[in-house]
Amino acid sequence: MKVLIKVGMADLNVAGREESLRSTGLGSCVGVALFDPRVKVAGLAHVMLPQSSIAVGKEINKAKFADTAIPELIRLMQEKGAKAECMVGKLAGGSQMFTLGNREDTIRIGPRNVETCKAILQQYGIPITAEDTGGNYGRTIELDGSTGILHIRSVQHGSREI
Amino acid sequence: MSFINRLADFQMDVLKEVGNIGAGHAATALSTLLNKPVDMSVPAVKIVSFEEISASVGGPEQPVVAVFLRVDGECSGSLFLLFAETSARVLMNLLLNKEEGGEGEFTEMELSVLLEIGNILAGSYLSSLSELTGIQLSPSVPSLAIDMAGAILSFGVLSYGEMGDQALFIDTVFLEGGHQLEGSFFFIPDPHTFSHLFQALGVPGL
Repeated sequence: MKVLIKVGMADLNVAGREESLRSTGLGSCVGVALFDPRVKVAGLAHVMLPQSSIAVGKEINKAKFADTAIPELIRLMQEKGAKAECMVGKLAGGSQMFTLGNREDTIRIGPRNVETCKAILQQYGIPITAEDTGGNYGRTIELDGSTGILHIRSVQHGSREI
Repeated sequence: MSFINRLADFQMDVLKEVGNIGAGHAATALSTLLNKPVDMSVPAVKIVSFEEISASVGGPEQPVVAVFLRVDGECSGSLFLLFAETSARVLMNLLLNKEEGGEGEFTEMELSVLLEIGNILAGSYLSSLSELTGIQLSPSVPSLAIDMAGAILSFGVLSYGEMGDQALFIDTVFLEGGHQLEGSFFFIPDPHTFSHLFQALGVPGL
């Protein structure tokens, strides 16, 4: 049985081959799962918002924003021996839980989170090998630290692995 | 540390009163609809980390039936009416005068009844709040979701993401007399609206 590491909302963590990383109840948030298959190091960030530029105050929680969480996640994985050029990425979440007529801006936060994550991963040259994003439902995800398989569970649409 | 951690006791009490009046009116509306007594808890004003927001309804993965309204205007925020699936079923049976049961997924008809109930209850919550404060509130069309509590409630705390890792919400639980039916209101005012809210209520602001 693998050791389960919980990754909360606006949180990130890394795991080795004996561990797995789990984030529950992703709605418009995006789970960014990175894996270096060569050294079996995995990382998961539960990103809430796209850009850290909107943050007020000096100290920010890097895990909260796509543009700060992904670099931090890569850095922590590198400390464990992973290399950015060997990493592959998977994305899950970024749904639009509610549709409210013309109030598109806040509502579209899920898709915007996904777009931003993709753009940042591209900057690092990390390929996205699979994704389960969008829709209007919540997801719980678990990243296996030895295989990089991302297990996804939802209330409405059952389970799948990517 | 953001300003929500610096709210004084009396300011917290004012927010409790907001929940009290809003949910009180909503409970009365529900009582009229069901023709049964409906009790409610003393509202709680909670300041919690994003992850803990769904703790009081059974954790982030707990499936809940939620009606959501986005409120715009001087006092903006998110209002959620939450039921456990079993409670939503009880509500349905009480309203449609059915005996028991109802299995599996809700029918289209039941979903639109739930949405309408949500609309009526949330409407009374917000209109009493509007009367109390004199602030014009403009709620969106209600929207229904049956999904994980975490996925649903996280939507209401996005506006807190800019300033910290905690959110403030006003939680009021209501119970039908036989206690077969339980639901809760989560009102999550946007962080920038507190000063308006306190000003409108005539209490010293932030």
